[in-house]
This record gives sequence, structure tokens and C-alpha cells, in this order.
Amino acid sequence: MNLLVCISKTPETTAKIAFKDENSSFDTDGVQFIMNPYDEWYALVRALELKEQHGGKVIAINVGDSSNDPVIRKALAIGADEAVRVDIEATSSFFVAKQVAEYAKSNDIDIVFTGKETIDYNGAEVGGMIAEMLEQPYFSFASHMDHDGSTATVTRDIEGGVEVAEINGKFVISAAKGLAEQRIPNMRGIMMAKRKPLNVIPAVEAEGNVKVLSYELPPVKGGITMVDADDMDKLVKLLHEEAKVL
Amino acid sequence: MEKVIHRSNKSDLFKNHDYFGIDDLLTEEHKMIRDSVRTWVSKEVLPIIESCAEQNECPLHLYKQMGELGALGPSISAEYGGGGMDEITYGIIMQELERGDSGIRSMASVQGSLVMFPISKYGTEKQKSDYLPKLASGEIIGCFGLTEPDHGSNPGEMVTNIKDDGDAYILNGAKMWITNSPIADIAVVWAKDETNRIRGMVIEKGMKGFSAPKIEGKWSLRASITGELVFEDVRVPKENVFPDISGLKGPLSCLSKARYGISWGAIGAAMDCYDAALRYSQERIQFGRPIGQFQLTQKKLAEMITEITKAQLLVWRLGTLANQGKATPAQISMAKRNNVWIALQIAREARQIHGGMGITSEYPMMRHMMNLETVLTYEGTHDVHLLITGHDVTGLNAFS
Ligand SMILES: Cc1cc2nc3c(=O)[nH]c(=O)nc-3n(C[C@H](O)[C@H](O)[C@H](O)COP(=O)(O)OP(=O)(O)OC[C@H]3O[C@@H](n4cnc5c(N)ncnc54)[C@H](O)[C@@H]3O)c2cc1C
Repeated sequence: MNLLVCISKTPETTAKIAFKDENSSFDTDGVQFIMNPYDEWYALVRALELKEQHGGKVIAINVGDSSNDPVIRKALAIGADEAVRVDIEATSSFFVAKQVAEYAKSNDIDIVFTGKETIDYNGAEVGGMIAEMLEQPYFSFASHMDHDGSTATVTRDIEGGVEVAEINGKFVISAAKGLAEQRIPNMRGIMMAKRKPLNVIPAVEAEGNVKVLSYELPPVKGGITMVDADDMDKLVKLLHEEAKVL
Repeated sequence: MEKVIHRSNKSDLFKNHDYFGIDDLLTEEHKMIRDSVRTWVSKEVLPIIESCAEQNECPLHLYKQMGELGALGPSISAEYGGGGMDEITYGIIMQELERGDSGIRSMASVQGSLVMFPISKYGTEKQKSDYLPKLASGEIIGCFGLTEPDHGSNPGEMVTNIKDDGDAYILNGAKMWITNSPIADIAVVWAKDETNRIRGMVIEKGMKGFSAPKIEGKWSLRASITGELVFEDVRVPKENVFPDISGLKGPLSCLSKARYGISWGAIGAAMDCYDAALRYSQERIQFGRPIGQFQLTQKKLAEMITEITKAQLLVWRLGTLANQGKATPAQISMAKRNNVWIALQIAREARQIHGGMGITSEYPMMRHMMNLETVLTYEGTHDVHLLITGHDVTGLNAFS
């Protein structure tokens, strides 16, 4: 089985978020990056388990410049056999999906894995777009998957419950919590990662038809106002005039 | 009474502290290894460590996990199951383990530096292939017996001895304060032969006349087990003895290796205390403002990060020298002494910043502080290291 795992880098969860260029782009200055946890903990590990069970290879793919290499090396250290970096800035979900889909097409990929979303933009878009471009079924938010080598049974998280589906043939899956368990790269893996191939390939053309106009931070959380238990009028007034919930 | 180790679900809020951008001096692998060990400590050590320390219980299940991770003997040759990595990697691993707990770091540094290292350096081919792979994977546990009840800072005067008896030696004597001894499968033991030369040998659990009672009542390093080694006419096959090393330089070379690791490790404990204190100083409000706004609190925090930064630069340079095979025992002494001392001071100050909360197991400072009292003492006491520096700079030996 040829398994392709999309990995992206995201700011580390405690990073201070700021914007530049009149709030139209994320200011990466001083920000530490990590591998998107849904990609690392669930998508990649489930792909590795499938390979261990059925043979084949796991390829990690990333769209971005060489500053993403540490994150890619980590995927190799965790166990991916090889990695591909499409050497161009990832400008939109559509653009990234196009790059991945083209690679999957020309490399006979059986399953494309993504995380259910990245923890920065939370778009949850790339997986669906790849599936569409490949004309393959898409299973989003998968929390469980069994694969006997030809048929896969996938459990998806849906609002208030789960959906279980079966699929023969190629597909795209986005990984949610539960699909696998985090693997911590060990020293051996980290040293071996140095010798595994990280192929840098040029981008294919894709329209960059989305332009971000601006970002806004959520409003700063206000302090707590204590209202005397006997003063109902004041509470109602505050809820009405300040909180605007009444 | 059976001890039940409680698993806490408190999240690990630790942030890296790198005031001088020392990360730029590390390789991508160094950083990846650090993240791995840090994540492992966060997932496997921190949730149980307070409970282990409270109940004086050594989490033995961590040995195999450390083996799998590659934390046992990282700089031992890969041929025998070690990691074949550089000295900075080894240091970083010790730092991250000790961020968790000095006892956990001790489990790894005894196994790697005091047991695997002498076997790999002085052992026969057979000793290496018999023991090293199993030690590296954590399948067996080792300990190191140098200190005796009456000979601590002066191990050269040890009385444990071996007498030639044909195809074996007869070993008699006792060792004291031995990390891991009650749970160890093998012990690297140093004893004097009939010509008064110190020799090293591997003693196996179960040899007749050999016992390893536990030392009770420790208020320090409570998640690590410490005991004695008692030898009563133990027949040690000659093939168990290291063939070509004699004199104090055998055990001292092991200590250099372990002390080097401690000089990194102590920074882990220091950073953990600083990290907790920094966060607490921003959250705790007194007199209407965060206590971090008071000058006296800032003085404590500023001095802590200054000392941590100095310590980090010291070990980075020491590691670079060690990689070139140029780190001297005296340089290692200086780093061990300084870094353990600042870690202990930082633990105390960080404890103060937490006020009353600081004395509880909600926060790590008391545990680190109590642990660091051992770290200050073992592998050469604080004062003995001072005298080593003194000897080195004056050329005059204060010990004799
Ligand atoms: C928890 C724990 C684990 C340990 N694990 C091991 C182990 O695995 N293997 C092992 O072999 N040992 C181990 N040790 C032993 C440790 O290395 C010794 O405790 C240490 O070397 C000090 O020896 P001592 O306790 O006999 O103290 P002493 O040597 O009696 O020292 C007492 C005091 O006298 C001072 N002193 C001694 N000589 C001088 C001098 N010349 N000038 C000035 N001051 C001096 C010391 O600095 C100290 O303050 C461990 C100790 C502890 C506490």
C-alpha cells in the first residue's frame, strides 16, 4: 500500500499570535513551530500502523519552503519512509490540495491522510479538496479505521454520534482523535531520519484565487464584575446594556 | 501495605527557557531529541512523579520505556545497543529527564554512565555482548558500587577486596548508598586486589554470598531506590573482572562521565522551578497586583534566569570540549558544582515565590529541592569539587 500523509507545521500552542501588513498576514516573528498534532499523532501513526500490517510505504508530504524541513524530518523520525516537499509557499487550502492531489495522482497513492484540521487556521478544507480533485471518496473526522488490505471500515465522528462506512479502493481520510496513539520519536528514529530521502519538487500551477483581506484577534476577555446578590436591578441592567444578552 | 501510584491529569505548562538563543548552537537532531524526551517526561513521568516521591516508590516500568526512547547509554557505541550519539545529545537527555525528576535522571545516568560506560570501555568482548544490549534496552538494570560505609569522599581507601582463588576471586566487603542496588541484575563493583590495586568487576544478582538490602528513610531522591551491596565470600569468576584497568582512574573515568551528565541535568531541575515561579508570579495577586510586579520578586526571577543562562553556556561549551575529547575532569567538576548549586538555590527561591503553596506537591520545587541535596552530595560533594578546582588552579593538593 502506498500511503501519503499530509503534514503541516503550526505555531506551537502557547505562541503569541500577532499580525502584520495591515492585519492581512500572520507575523511569524519569534514563533516556534510544531507539526500539526492531528497530522502527527493520528494521521501519520495510523498510516505507519497500516504499513506495518500490510507492507508498502509511507510518504510524508508538505507544501512550503525549507524552513519546514525540521517538521518534515520529525515525520521521518517517527517512521515515514520518505518525504516530499513541494517547494513553494502554501497560500491557500486550494493551492495546497492541488499540489498534493497532483503528487498522489502521479505516484499511485492508495490512501491520502490528512489531519482533521490544522490547529492554526482550523479550515478542515484540504482533505475534502484533495478527494474532489482525485475524484475519490472522502472520510472526514475519522476516529477509527480498520483495513484488511482491500476493504477499509471507517468510523467518522458526526454531531452527537458516529457513522460507520465501508470502502473498497482508494480514498482520502482526515484523522481525528482516536484514530491512533501518539508515537514519540526515539533516538534511533531521529538518527535514521537523517539518511531518509527528503525530495524537494517544484510546484504545479494552481490558481491562487483566494486573497486574505484581514485577520482579527478575538476580543480580549473582560474582567469579572461582582454584583451584590440583593441588587437584581443592577444585574439585569448589566446583562442588558453591557453584555447585551437580554 | 501496597503502594498505589496515583496518575495526575494536570497539564504540563512548561516552556523552554533560552534567554541567549543557545538553541542556535544546537543541531536539528539535538532539538528533536530534546523535544522527544521532553514529551516523554511530560506524558510518562510528570503525571506519576509526585505520587512516586510521596510513596517512596521507584517507577521501574520506566526502564524499558527509557530503553526504547534511547535514553540508556546514548553515547555508547551503537554496535552494542547504545545510541552512538555525541556528548551534547547525552547532556540534553539528562537535562530533560531531570526536568522531570533527579531520581529518574539518576536511573538513566547510573545505567548509562556508571554501568554501560565501564563495561564498554574496560570490559571484554564477552562482557560487552552479554550485558550492553540488555542494559541499553532496559531489560536488565545495573548499579555501580564504589562508596563504602567508611569511605565516601576518599574511595581510594576502600577496604572491599578480592583474593585470588584459582579460576575465581573471593570478594569480601560492603558498599553503601548504591543507587538501584536492591533492584539491580548486575553490579559494577570496585575492590582492591592483593597488591592493593583497585579492580573493577561485574557481580550478578544471585551469586552466593551477595545481598543488596535497601536503605530506608530517605527524604531525597525518593523516586529512586538506594541500597547497600554486601559481599560475604562471593566467588567471582575471573572472566567477570575487567582485564586491563587498575587503580582509581577506572571508577573516576566513570564518575567524570556521570558528573558531566549531572551538570546538564541540574539545569533541567532549575528550569522547572524557574518556570513554575515565573508563571506563579504572574498569576498570584497580592496588594492588588501580580507579585511579579514587586521588585523583590523580580530580583529573584532575574537572578534565576541569569544563573540558568550561565549554566547553559557552561555545559554547551563543556559538551563541545567533550565531543572533541578535550573536557578535563577538573572542568567537569566545576560545571557539576556550579550547576547543581545554582539549581538548589533556584529551587529554594522559586519555593519562596510560591509562598505557602510552594511547600505542597501541587508544585515541583520541594521535590526538586530535596532531590538536589543528594545531587549536591553524590558524584563528589560540593566541597570536594571545590577542592578539585583548587588543586587544579594552585597545583597544591588539599586532600593529602
Ligand atoms: C541517594 C544517593 C545515591 C548514591 N548513589 C551512589 C552510587 O550509585 N554509587 C556509589 O558508589 N555511591 C553513591 N552515592 C554515594 C555518594 O557518592 C557519597 O555519599 C559521596 O561521595 C559522599 O560520601 P559520604 O556520604 O561518605 O560523605 P563524606 O565523604 O563522609 O563527607 C561528609 C562531609 O565531609 C566533607 N569532606 C570530606 N572530605 C573532605 C575534605 N578532604 N575536605 C573538606 N571536606 C571534606 C564532605 O564534603 C561532606 O560535606 C550515593 C549517595 C546518595 C545520597
